[in-house]
Amino acid sequence: MYHYNDFDTAFLAERNAQFRAQVARRIDGSLTEDEFKPLRLMNGLYLQLHAYMLRVAIPYGTLNGAQMRKLAEIAERWDKGYGHFTTRQNIQYNWPKLQDVPDILDALAEVGLHAIQTSGNTIRNVTADHFAGAAADEVEDPRPVAELLRQWSTDHPEFQFLPRKFKIAVSGSPVDRAVTKAHDIGLRMVRNDAGEPGFEVIVGGGLGRTPMIGKVIAPFLPKADLLPYVEAIVSVYNLLGRRDNKYKARIKITVHENGIERIRALVEDRFTAIKAQFAGFDQKLLSKLEASFAPPAFKTGNTKGYEAARLTNPAFASWSDTNLSAHKADGYAIVSISLKAHGATPGDATADQMRVMADLAETYAHDELRISHEQNVILPHVHKSDLPAIYAKLREAGLATANIGLVSDIIACPGMDYCALATARSIPIAQEIAERFDELKLEHDIGPLKIKISGCINACGHHHVGHIGILGLDRAGVENYQITLGGDGSEDAAIGERAGPGFSADEIIPAIERLVLGYLDLRDSADETFLQAYRRLGAAPFKAVLYPEQAKQDAA
Amino acid sequence: MPRAFTPKVVTANHLLEGDVIYQTPTGWTRDLAQAEVLEDEAHADLRLLEATQQRDVVVGAYLAEVEPTDAGPRPTHFREAFRMRGPSNYSHGKQAEL
Ligand code: SF4
Repeated sequence: MYHYNDFDTAFLAERNAQFRAQVARRIDGSLTEDEFKPLRLMNGLYLQLHAYMLRVAIPYGTLNGAQMRKLAEIAERWDKGYGHFTTRQNIQYNWPKLQDVPDILDALAEVGLHAIQTSGNTIRNVTADHFAGAAADEVEDPRPVAELLRQWSTDHPEFQFLPRKFKIAVSGSPVDRAVTKAHDIGLRMVRNDAGEPGFEVIVGGGLGRTPMIGKVIAPFLPKADLLPYVEAIVSVYNLLGRRDNKYKARIKITVHENGIERIRALVEDRFTAIKAQFAGFDQKLLSKLEASFAPPAFKTGNTKGYEAARLTNPAFASWSDTNLSAHKADGYAIVSISLKAHGATPGDATADQMRVMADLAETYAHDELRISHEQNVILPHVHKSDLPAIYAKLREAGLATANIGLVSDIIACPGMDYCALATARSIPIAQEIAERFDELKLEHDIGPLKIKISGCINACGHHHVGHIGILGLDRAGVENYQITLGGDGSEDAAIGERAGPGFSADEIIPAIERLVLGYLDLRDSADETFLQAYRRLGAAPFKAVLYPEQAKQDAA
Repeated sequence: MPRAFTPKVVTANHLLEGDVIYQTPTGWTRDLAQAEVLEDEAHADLRLLEATQQRDVVVGAYLAEVEPTDAGPRPTHFREAFRMRGPSNYSHGKQAEL
């Protein structure tokens, strides 16, 4: 993976020293909150309901063991012994004290991590496919490009005051695990007819108040044109994007109001104008980055021990059925570690658990870890012969839940348990749904199903692209939960449709249960997933199970 | 007709700790039951202004609606109830401290 060079290290040290001085001036009263707030946000520091919150970037979700161990140390030393992994592949600490934050940032810098541009109207942490560099279906590892974008966007003078925040996601595979169609810019690696790798460039996607699926601005962009083309998009947006209304300021609205044709024409013009300035420098840098992301030396060996363990240990077999994915190297697998034990807070890991994962990465997985936008942790390169040992260690640490992609593998944003913007809680809803389906012992029969929960319209929990989405609202001073159906965050992305009136906190768990049990009756075979059944049958039969009283009245 | 003024407290986050605090007649408390209940709108606005000026102590002061009881003021909205108690997934925050 990429290691910081002297430039990166010096840059971070300088930024951290600056922020330390700013914090000191805030504490002694020489900076007002109005003056300080933009400064702290530039360094990822928010003030939430109960405390400050520090959001640390995990660029394209990639960590090594030493970095994970540092995250554990920070959790223990300055927080309450845990961290929360988010849908943007970041980690959030929920309880830091203001005067400790400069020390935390210095500790992060020791392992090349920071909190820069995790907030504010800038280009945010670039996210990527969490199976990058490992997936059997990938064209190329997208991380060199993601790192190129990180270096280009960090402190880019033209893009520090965009109309609004700007999120870029990269997938190295035509199978989209990075929700590229719900980003300001989505890059999906594909091959052209000549077999050369390039990008399908998608622009203007986004969730939140006005959810939109991104539109294809360039069906095939040669890899060499990527940086000038992305710069062209952002600079067109920088001029054209609306600054008069916060709710209309994202590029999705710019694209919607101007039309993709006009945007494309403007971007092409700008691209032509600036392309020459890049003068191949970006390509030289990219090839260096590609070298630093070279795949590890995969080992060879037989996988008999793995096969044998599957036969003798049913729990291991079940875990390996759900939590492994196809790796590009022979004898290897991608391991997804679930941070969704039934009843636990989605995305939370204790310092001890982080250390176990760091050890496993170092011992068995070429020192690599990934954070997924689905709030799980990935060991991307594991030889199958090591799986039984890894499973045993995960089990001891409470990390062996066999539920990846199933009903209890729920995305939930922090909601009103932490977030100052929330209109309702999301964590307890996720906990109760997971516990209920665990009791019913039906998870594995139900099969692939993505439930996603947000605690307000900002949609950090991606509810619009959940097969079942849940949005928490405040209805006249009471928590109320609205269900959307049929959303999809994959390459066939779709925004879910609202099912009908919302449910109270007491009603929402039984409603989800009715819906999922109803699906079991509606599917044409055990192979038809919830989403497939929904697409075949439409919303009506699902609404009928959700609102039985209404269905009875309609029938009468 | 303008709506009748309902009782309020001044609440904010503490600058250093970041946690929830409430204004008392003489300073600040972390216990809502000890907070000063403001029944008069003009007085409430004045107290809020005073709180806002303490910029090296508090952040984001505002008036939150409460219901006075024998045991002191209680929150009327669930958001304020969570602020008073802490998160529901762990016993952290005020519920663990008071
Ligand atoms: S969706 Fe709303 S409640 Fe949830 S984290 Fe985002 S802003 Fe906060």
